Amino acid sequence: MTAAKVAAGRSESGVLDRVEAARRRRPKLRDTHITSAHGAGGKATATLIDAVFLEGLRNPLLEPLEDAAVFTVDGTRLALTTDSFVVTPLFFPGGDIGDLAVNGTVNDLAVAGARPLHLACAVILEEGMAVDDLRRIVASMARAATDAGVSIVTGDTKVVQRGRADGCYVTTTGIGLVPADVRLGAARARPGDAVLVTGPIGDHGITVLLARGELDISADLSSDTAPLAELTSRLLEAVGAPADGPGVRAMRDATRGGVATILNEVATAAGVGVIVDEDAVPVRPTVRGACELLGLDPLYVACEGRMVVIVAPEVAEAALAALRSHPLGADTAVIGRIADDPPGMVLLNTAFGGTRIVDLLVGDPLPRIC
Amino acid sequence: MRFVDEYRDAGTARALSARIAELCEPGRAYAFMEVCGGHTHTIYKHGLEDHLPPAVSLVHGPGCPVCVIPMGRVDDAMHIARQDDVIMTSFGDMMRVPGSHGSFFDANAEGTDIRMVYSPLDSLKIARANPDRQVVFMAIGFETTTPSTALTVRRAAAEGLTNFSIFCNHITIVPALRAILDSPDVRIDGFVGPGHVSTVIGCRPYDFIPRDYGRPLVVSGFEPLDILQSIHKLLRQLRDRRCEVENQYTRVVAAEGNPVALAVIDEVLEPRPDFEWRGLGRIPWSAMRVRERYAAFDAERIFAPPGARVEDPKACQCGEVLTGVIKPWECKVFGTGCTPETPIGACMVSPEGACAAYYNFGRARHRATEPAKEMSRA
Repeated sequence: MTAAKVAAGRSESGVLDRVEAARRRRPKLRDTHITSAHGAGGKATATLIDAVFLEGLRNPLLEPLEDAAVFTVDGTRLALTTDSFVVTPLFFPGGDIGDLAVNGTVNDLAVAGARPLHLACAVILEEGMAVDDLRRIVASMARAATDAGVSIVTGDTKVVQRGRADGCYVTTTGIGLVPADVRLGAARARPGDAVLVTGPIGDHGITVLLARGELDISADLSSDTAPLAELTSRLLEAVGAPADGPGVRAMRDATRGGVATILNEVATAAGVGVIVDEDAVPVRPTVRGACELLGLDPLYVACEGRMVVIVAPEVAEAALAALRSHPLGADTAVIGRIADDPPGMVLLNTAFGGTRIVDLLVGDPLPRIC
Repeated sequence: MRFVDEYRDAGTARALSARIAELCEPGRAYAFMEVCGGHTHTIYKHGLEDHLPPAVSLVHGPGCPVCVIPMGRVDDAMHIARQDDVIMTSFGDMMRVPGSHGSFFDANAEGTDIRMVYSPLDSLKIARANPDRQVVFMAIGFETTTPSTALTVRRAAAEGLTNFSIFCNHITIVPALRAILDSPDVRIDGFVGPGHVSTVIGCRPYDFIPRDYGRPLVVSGFEPLDILQSIHKLLRQLRDRRCEVENQYTRVVAAEGNPVALAVIDEVLEPRPDFEWRGLGRIPWSAMRVRERYAAFDAERIFAPPGARVEDPKACQCGEVLTGVIKPWECKVFGTGCTPETPIGACMVSPEGACAAYYNFGRARHRATEPAKEMSRA
């Protein structure tokens, strides 16, 4: 079409190759101020982390940007991670900021292959917050910690003026033990590997969105927030994650940015293609319905108790069986595979029989007008 | 999921795809323009082009309301948002559209209070909850969203609210279609016509297209099978040497439209003698403004934004993309200078914008991997 309009030598595939080359270049941070997009877990977040944090703090443990840093102290392998929680509302169906904060950090340790040991917890409270609410949150933290087999062993409390925080913010930091023979990382994905997701996606994100009460949509849905350490250790016991040979290659909990963001991180880190079959991705009808109404794609909606697992083809069946044997992995599904082409990209075979890209979003998914 | 999956069935799509291929005359190429951004989004989201024979290409039209808002109007909106005690509300798509000094998100980082809403009625809620602040709704969209804006103004008047107004940027589709058909570069064999716009205005306003310009138009729904069926209907008209307006979206669109919605629009809004469209330039009688009777709810009268005309960035070829003269990838800055992270033109911002849809969903089409091909061609 309109070939005459196109400068000599420009073909669609030529242009797309140039686009891919541009995408591989390190993104530049052009923003002069922080916007909400920088907190959404997509491209804007990645650019900010790269340009400000990695640039200022660069070291070999930070550089892989995994969910937790893994290092050795006196022959013991430790995993260390931290996460802040700023959810509105503080209480939502299926959980609250308390268990979310414990589970989130437990899960970042678990997907690094670690057995979580201890947590630290810092809270920032807003003047005027009800002490009863705080009690409820702490009780829920205690329950989540017990469920995950960890203790909260140290902490900090600060209070800010009214209007300076949304009720309360919570930061948790966790430390865990990593078995000597476990080697995990998004960069370890290889063509032929299977891509698994451990249950229906998007429950948490849609639950919280609806719980804000701004949309006049109600649904019987609750957050999937849960500690994944038992599930990951059962998986690692079954198939292992050896440095050489078949096993689990990578695990990631699909929080902010959803499954799509994780898959893009894998594609980029390992320089592989990720091929996903839309039909195979588990999504509850309620979540699908809400996403249809709101113009959102469930692949980008946050989960708090689901992970993406990349596993060698030889042990994929065994991994599936191990995950399904645990209640938190009962609905595990194989959603796709790793391919050598197209490198750095996630492709979706749509249920309609077509193909499209699943890219990183810039910021939060924006609802469409009509 | 009922009422969704039926319209996305791969088996039906393959059958329809075969019938589409049969209708193509050997050696002839067909270019159809899908008018709505919603269609463009569906086409890319579901990989619909994988079901089309090489002879049929789709040209993306001007029906992405965010894409055609000129930078000057974005600047005017920010001027209003910067006034003391103003809360501006906007649909989500609009938040990242660049004005000459950044987007609404950037403005918020510098202190404005611009909030995302799903419906103009949500703005009304915000106005009731903040009686000491002026709440302005950034009203945009074609006839699809105009009735809800008009209803909201009417409700605000009925409630006697004195802190609510709209910044009216509503536009109308027919003058834009006429502008495209009048453009000397136009190479379109037929139109996949607006679906949701037609629920309001009906099918008759398109009669001039077959009559005066000799092109068929099929009003189409937004599910992928709707669009495939509309393409099939267009090809059948061409084969039968017919040229008319057909309605594929009969489950929603009535020939006469929605007279109640049209009456509400007419009560609150009136045509503007002139409005600038991004990429298309000034088009007479192509937009709406608030009637004198509802002047108290008109942000343009209340805040008197400067209304300066801002040139589109030089590198930007949005106009040629919006009129279907070039494909997104043919734009000089596509994917390199202009990306979803650093958009130069609005077509790269909205999920309905042709460039964003192609960049986010379509880029890998020419290199679809083997398993993907097996699925789509089986």
